[in-house]
Amino acid sequence: MTETHADYRLSQLDQLEAESIHIFREVAAEFEKPVLMFSGGKDSIVMMRLAEKAFYPAKIPFPVLQVDTGYDFPEVLACRDNWVNRLGARLIVASVEEAIKDGIVVDDGKTSRNRLQIGTLLNALEEGAFTAAFGGGRRDEEKARAKERVYSHRDEFGQWDPKNQRPELWSLYNGRLHEGEHMRIFPISNWTELDIWHYIGREGIEIPSIYFSHQRRVFERDGMLLSESEHNPVRSGETVEERTVRFRTVGDLTLTGCVESEADTIDKIIDEIAIARVTERGATRGDDRFSEAAMEDRKKEGYF
Amino acid sequence: MSEDLTKAEVAEQTRDMDLLRFATAGSVDDGKSTLIGRLLLDSKSIFEDQLEAVEATSQSKGYDYTDLALLTDGLRSEREQGITIDVAYRYFATPNRKFIIADTPGHVQYTRNMVTGASTADLGLVLVDARQGLTEQSRRHAVLLSLLRVPHLVLAVNKMDLVDFSQEVYEKIHAEFTQFATKLNIPDLEVIPISALAGDNVVNRSENMPWYSGPTLMHHLEHVHVASDRDLMDVRFPVQYVVRPKSDEHHDYRGYGGMVAGGVLKPGDEVIVLPSGMTSKIAGIDLFDREVSEAYPPMSVTVRLEDDVDVSRGDMIARINNAPKPSQDIDAMICWMTNEPLRPRQKLAIKHTTRSARALVKDIQYRLDVNTLHRDQDTKELGLNEIGRVQLRTTVPLLCDSYSKNRTTGSFILIDEASGVTVGAGMIL
Repeated sequence: MTETHADYRLSQLDQLEAESIHIFREVAAEFEKPVLMFSGGKDSIVMMRLAEKAFYPAKIPFPVLQVDTGYDFPEVLACRDNWVNRLGARLIVASVEEAIKDGIVVDDGKTSRNRLQIGTLLNALEEGAFTAAFGGGRRDEEKARAKERVYSHRDEFGQWDPKNQRPELWSLYNGRLHEGEHMRIFPISNWTELDIWHYIGREGIEIPSIYFSHQRRVFERDGMLLSESEHNPVRSGETVEERTVRFRTVGDLTLTGCVESEADTIDKIIDEIAIARVTERGATRGDDRFSEAAMEDRKKEGYF
Repeated sequence: MSEDLTKAEVAEQTRDMDLLRFATAGSVDDGKSTLIGRLLLDSKSIFEDQLEAVEATSQSKGYDYTDLALLTDGLRSEREQGITIDVAYRYFATPNRKFIIADTPGHVQYTRNMVTGASTADLGLVLVDARQGLTEQSRRHAVLLSLLRVPHLVLAVNKMDLVDFSQEVYEKIHAEFTQFATKLNIPDLEVIPISALAGDNVVNRSENMPWYSGPTLMHHLEHVHVASDRDLMDVRFPVQYVVRPKSDEHHDYRGYGGMVAGGVLKPGDEVIVLPSGMTSKIAGIDLFDREVSEAYPPMSVTVRLEDDVDVSRGDMIARINNAPKPSQDIDAMICWMTNEPLRPRQKLAIKHTTRSARALVKDIQYRLDVNTLHRDQDTKELGLNEIGRVQLRTTVPLLCDSYSKNRTTGSFILIDEASGVTVGAGMIL
């Protein structure tokens, strides 16, 4: 927990926490209808914790929105439910399956679930008339994100215009919107992967069990280790075997690879990340690999 | 930091280390992106896949060396044009500190981006090309950093390898800059000769410049003392959010959430709530589920008062004998950030701490030439990227301090009411 110091120093983790709490409160005060986008991943769990702290002892004053790809890890959904129940928050689930059925997005068999999430998410935001959506994006994740504001403006089509962002000075955030527009809010913009892990360790909070080392039946595809699943048919030449693995990121299970790892505690995970030589997205996310500008393209369309 | 330090050791200490935010200014020609790439690479903050992607791009473009600038130029249009057009944030850590770099473009048409990056910086890093010496651009960068009250400045004299590591060249630039800096408000200045491309004096001490006895850039960034830059004397607590659980368990709880902008708050302190002028005592300060004995910048806390006084968002809690002056007449330096010029009689929305109001432009007193410091008093307007002294009248009183005293209670933004876009940044005089 935060310690106050005789010399009035605040550790960098405490400074990050204070900045994020400030952002949560600012949004809750200025926006009519905020919503927290919860993926079940460690970043969105840290967001839940920060929101909990920002409004304590009151409940968080906005609902939690999750996009269910239909290909989510069951462990992640279980963790989501525990969090939502503990905080007494309202959960809204936007299902990609249902969006396909309703014709909101088109599953042509080639488009990944991650990509279909975009339309599903935008539709859910529109249906709920949400004016601000908290996302767990961090600027250290990817080059395009490094330039994104904390308050990231989206037009009425949900699109991000990277060349026309509002200047963001001091800690004065501009939340002005026109009808139909909304704001993506990134309260943990300045956190790094290591900060996230240290915070989870310090706070002793629950994260999905798949982040820790476990036995899993996996196969190799395009240099990634993917989980055996009914949604992910094994192709010829691929062999399934049981290995000791863990996940570094959490997403669509047909695209999210795991790494071989013995790390079964937060401290061991931190040690492992500290010597990792590949970024978390580069190692385990098929969706960022297609081009150097893959993330920028998806962001423009309205991805988190 | 020492070369053989592993990332694991860095990680060990991430929890307790402090934070330095710094802004870099300079253009591609000065080697700024290369320097940042170098800092990231030498502090082992670059991952293999990032480096491989950059190496592949460099090769495909036919470069002889790995273009480290590609590590930081994020948006596709920037990569295509080979220039940095927006503020980008980078992160790295050493055993002592975590660093957040606001990487800003240097050309005059991007002044607003530099102002943005400098607004939160503890330290400003200005690059000059040793072959060119001080240019109009480097002077402008120093002026902007001084105007934004960035307390520490580093002038990095880059490309020393291209002037045979000449002490004479370094001394000349050093003297010229020190002379120029006397006209500015720069409490702390360090001038460091480096070669970003070769790595001299960036992380590792240069063997090519034995005549230089000062710190390497990284050593300086790691050790510069920033804790004392905050105002711990004058209590300023802008009320951001009223916490009222309205639950059975916390039926009577009423707390005021906010980030401490100045001073040290303690339970039992007599305080005044502005603008109402009502007084009370601090009953307790909550940080999540526990009480703390004091709160200071930049902590986010919830303050409870003993009396049931009327307090809402936009109010400010201060000490009875040390409170900001509520005022509807604001005298400020404004950096204008949009194409349509700022003119007298214009009406804008203004956001100052947690308080929002409308503002009328009463007068534009002068435009500051950021290259020469000349004050042009004949001007009738401020154009994009121009800075000037402006008088505003606001619909409600703002609870202000001068920006030189407190960067939080002394700053504001101006918003165009029709477009909703942030069009100006103000520093109260």
